[in-house]
Amino acid sequence: MMQASRHAGPASLPIGSDADLAWVRQQVRQAAAELGFGLVQQTKLVTAASELARNTLVHGGGGHVQITPLDAGSSRGLRLAFVDTGPGIRDLDQALTDGYTSGGGLGLGLSGAKRLVQEFEVDSRPGEGTTVTVTAWATVVPPSRTVP
Amino acid sequence: MSVSEENAEREPVAYQVSAFLERRREQIAQRWADAALFRTVFTVSRDEAVEAGRAVAAALAAVAASGRLDDIRASGFEAVRDQLGRMAASRARTGTDPDGVANEVAALREPATELLRAEFAEPDAPEAHEAVLALTVLMGTLRLVVMETTVSAGEELIARQREQLHEVATPVIKLWESTVAVPLIGTLDSARSQVVMESLLDAIVAERARYAILDITGVPTVDSLVAQHLMKTVAAARLMGAECIVSGIRPAIAQTIVHLGIDLGTVLTRSSLADALAYALSQQGVEIAPLRAVGAAADAGTR
Ligand SMILES: Nc1ncnc2c1ncn2[C@@H]1O[C@H](COP(=O)(O)OP(=O)(O)O)[C@@H](O)[C@H]1O
Ligand SMILES: [Mg+2]
Repeated sequence: MMQASRHAGPASLPIGSDADLAWVRQQVRQAAAELGFGLVQQTKLVTAASELARNTLVHGGGGHVQITPLDAGSSRGLRLAFVDTGPGIRDLDQALTDGYTSGGGLGLGLSGAKRLVQEFEVDSRPGEGTTVTVTAWATVVPPSRTVP
Repeated sequence: MSVSEENAEREPVAYQVSAFLERRREQIAQRWADAALFRTVFTVSRDEAVEAGRAVAAALAAVAASGRLDDIRASGFEAVRDQLGRMAASRARTGTDPDGVANEVAALREPATELLRAEFAEPDAPEAHEAVLALTVLMGTLRLVVMETTVSAGEELIARQREQLHEVATPVIKLWESTVAVPLIGTLDSARSQVVMESLLDAIVAERARYAILDITGVPTVDSLVAQHLMKTVAAARLMGAECIVSGIRPAIAQTIVHLGIDLGTVLTRSSLADALAYALSQQGVEIAPLRAVGAAADAGTR
């Protein structure tokens, strides 16, 4: 297993309540910060995580998220896999359409999360569950020329 | 009788248990990794569960070696106290109550005593019973150690909930005649945004407010649900005859909202609470100007 730092090994967090969602956001933010994600990147990834974790909770009936730091030589990334054993997504194209919701939401969670990360993958089987895996890489910021 | 002679020669039973825990550490850890407690905490990899099991078995061996089988303060536990605390906290977070955690710890006893019994050629011999009893006592002590950490984890949870409750008490502040503001801080989940909306609408009525400022500087994440709550609040305020201004959208959040595809086009926004207030005041014909300028204006008036 690749490990980026002493603190950031793979971790699994439960998603079963609103409090869990807050915890997931906090942990993702911390992991991203430790890997050197900038503020905007952190915010994007945390927001994507918030959307996907809520889908796991609301549409998938709960599950867990697996957080894996990645270290591919020069770049560092974070992979998040949201896993549930809920009803699954029958029509993925429809679910990924901006504004489509099967109930009450804005229908921007899945499609929006896809736009907020670099890699996005949905593995869903009707009746068996859904796993949404996203990966974001920290862009290396060139050293500032105006260092005091 | 030969048994009593053997008894006299045998090392103290606690040492036997300690030696057994050392010798069979790997097998014990392997079995514990499949027990509910380890399995549910270490969901990512079984290796992690085995590793944690090894550490607990080693700690128990140390406690047994010190002969303090029933002492929850035995120094041997120190090596795993934090780990046990994290495990208990992790179970608590998934909604397992302290009794449930205690039962899961109790369930670790059987796999261990089973292995211990198998060490004896005659599992029914008195020395076998004695050893199993000693291990049972030790496992009972482990349970108490975990219970102790569970209680403190529970206290932490209560503290966290209390903090969240505190957050719910969002104050609506009157900034000026007919201008109210809510500085939102923390997580804006469904329950809380309901409270915010209600107290804001109440304040609009009570203060006959025509301008309501929602400041989200302290909201760490704006996802589609939070945005939806904000838009609903803005719409409800409008129905009450007040214009809503959302302030404090930080640059990182603004970029994220755009990527999410959320259209806040119908919502009036200002970058800071001060700007939002200035806007509300100017709409009411109130201008904030430096005192000198006011003086100059007064001079101009007397001329
Ligand atoms: N984990 C999931 N399990 C089952 N259905 C899902 C899951 N995630 C998303 N969906 C489906 O995709 C739709 C679109 O999701 P999303 O874009 O997040 O919108 P919203 O959550 O606002 O409805 C949902 O309404 C739901 O029908
Ligand atoms: Mg959603």
